[in-house]
Amino acid sequence: MNASLMALLKRDLLIAFRNRGELLNPLMFFLMVSSLFPLAVTPDPKFLGQIAAGVIWVGALLATLLSLDLLFKSDYDDGSLEQMLLMPSATMGMVLVKVLVHWLVSGLPLALMAPLLGIMLGLPEGGFIPLVLTLLLGTPILSLLGAIGAGLTVGLKKGGMLMPLLILPLYIPVLIFAASAVQSGVDGNSYMGHLAFLGAYLALTFVVAPVAGAAALRISIAR
Amino acid sequence: MWSRLKQLYHKLGSPKWFYEISLKWSPWFLYSGIALLATGVVWGLAFAPADYLQGNSFRIIYIHVPSALLSQSAYMLMAVAGLVGLVWKMKMSFVVGKVVAPIGASMAILALLTGAIWGKPTWGTWWVWDARLTSMLILLFLYMGVMAIYNAIEDDELANKAAAVLAIVGSINIPVIKYSVEWWNTLHQPATITLTEKPSMATEMFIPLVLTIIGFYCLFTVWVFARTRNEILWRERRTNWVKKVLHLIDTNKAVTKKDAQ
Amino acid sequence: MFFDSFSSFIHMNGHGFYVWVCYGIAAVIVMTNFISPVLKRKKIIKDIERQVRREQK
Repeated sequence: MNASLMALLKRDLLIAFRNRGELLNPLMFFLMVSSLFPLAVTPDPKFLGQIAAGVIWVGALLATLLSLDLLFKSDYDDGSLEQMLLMPSATMGMVLVKVLVHWLVSGLPLALMAPLLGIMLGLPEGGFIPLVLTLLLGTPILSLLGAIGAGLTVGLKKGGMLMPLLILPLYIPVLIFAASAVQSGVDGNSYMGHLAFLGAYLALTFVVAPVAGAAALRISIAR
Repeated sequence: MWSRLKQLYHKLGSPKWFYEISLKWSPWFLYSGIALLATGVVWGLAFAPADYLQGNSFRIIYIHVPSALLSQSAYMLMAVAGLVGLVWKMKMSFVVGKVVAPIGASMAILALLTGAIWGKPTWGTWWVWDARLTSMLILLFLYMGVMAIYNAIEDDELANKAAAVLAIVGSINIPVIKYSVEWWNTLHQPATITLTEKPSMATEMFIPLVLTIIGFYCLFTVWVFARTRNEILWRERRTNWVKKVLHLIDTNKAVTKKDAQ
Repeated sequence: MFFDSFSSFIHMNGHGFYVWVCYGIAAVIVMTNFISPVLKRKKIIKDIERQVRREQK
């Protein structure tokens, strides 16, 4: 990883650390959204336990979507995004660095917080480990795909609701395989196959997203 | 009498007065708080008899109830401070409101954690969606919202006003939220014993509870005073009295008219 | 004293884990509420001193 990318990584991590309070927002959202379901449906632990994995995953997904909006926004607003596109290293590297920072401050904490939500929603014992594993594998995918959507909509005045519409379809395979992995775990079966699919999808997006994201950014900036 | 009240009102608005008074009173609250809390805890843990139904796990009550009560009172204090700040434009009131938020939130978290842990031996699970715990969770959400708003707005004055409005709206809604949650709970046939219901407690079990409650409230006062002093130091950092307090200017030099302010 | 021995005090008839974890969490939160303003005060004093030094230049 060359020097300018390292510098960018350090800068973004420092900015994130300085705004520590903001890092809590996706986590609080995650907690609140998950809590809505027992209130809206039933707190009966037997029923709640059946939908727990799905609720938690949808909550993580929505929390990630909310935080993606800011992926490129502040750099776009003060003009530094354009400067970054002129960096000697390929723009793909810059996108990867931003995705890494985003995952470190949102996806990873979400994955670590999930067991707590599992307890609150009555997730059966066998589900906890696959839940955390699928989140650890899945949230990077969400961040990578999200970068494409964020790149396409950065600078759009009415971009807010648009970006989720763009990437939600891409998220569906992640949701399907993650949820069924957890269900497998709850039933006592192996979920390795599901994890393997997620791993493969992660590898695919790891290659495609930076390219697509860079292209999206160039299109947005040129506008 | 009216002029005395006006004097008090002006004093309350003065950061310097608050700083000095709180420094004087803090030790009293600190020592009383520690003494009351220590006595209550030791009594409750070692000397009070075990509960007929719940056994020894009921001793958690000596932490759970004070923190729950405190988190609720603190929110009301925050809302009232916001109201006073908005209506009477007293900056000190905003400062107190801002400072109370994280402390109140920490008490809500303590109440939730102890409530959940108490639930395990009593009801068999680590978390139950009973009316009181759910209301406490929503109270925590309200706290987090107020803290998030302070974090998000850079301009101090705007942040104060926005947070005050949010706190006031939240406090008005708390009765509505409590009622809805309780009604929701009856729809789902909860267990017949509410976790924190106090069926007539024996005196030897009740008195330590009173002690820990008052002890926590005293410590709360100490914490609020300490944090408020920090805010005052920062906001008034350009004044001479702060510089003197921090030994940044020599207090022994000849007193000029400016220094005497 | 309600308990016969120190070990039964710790054991609390099987509920010891729950009771002591709760009191432990309470101790942590109480200590944090004490320590946090002390640390913040030190930081504020440093920041103010830095500002004063800068202005004196």
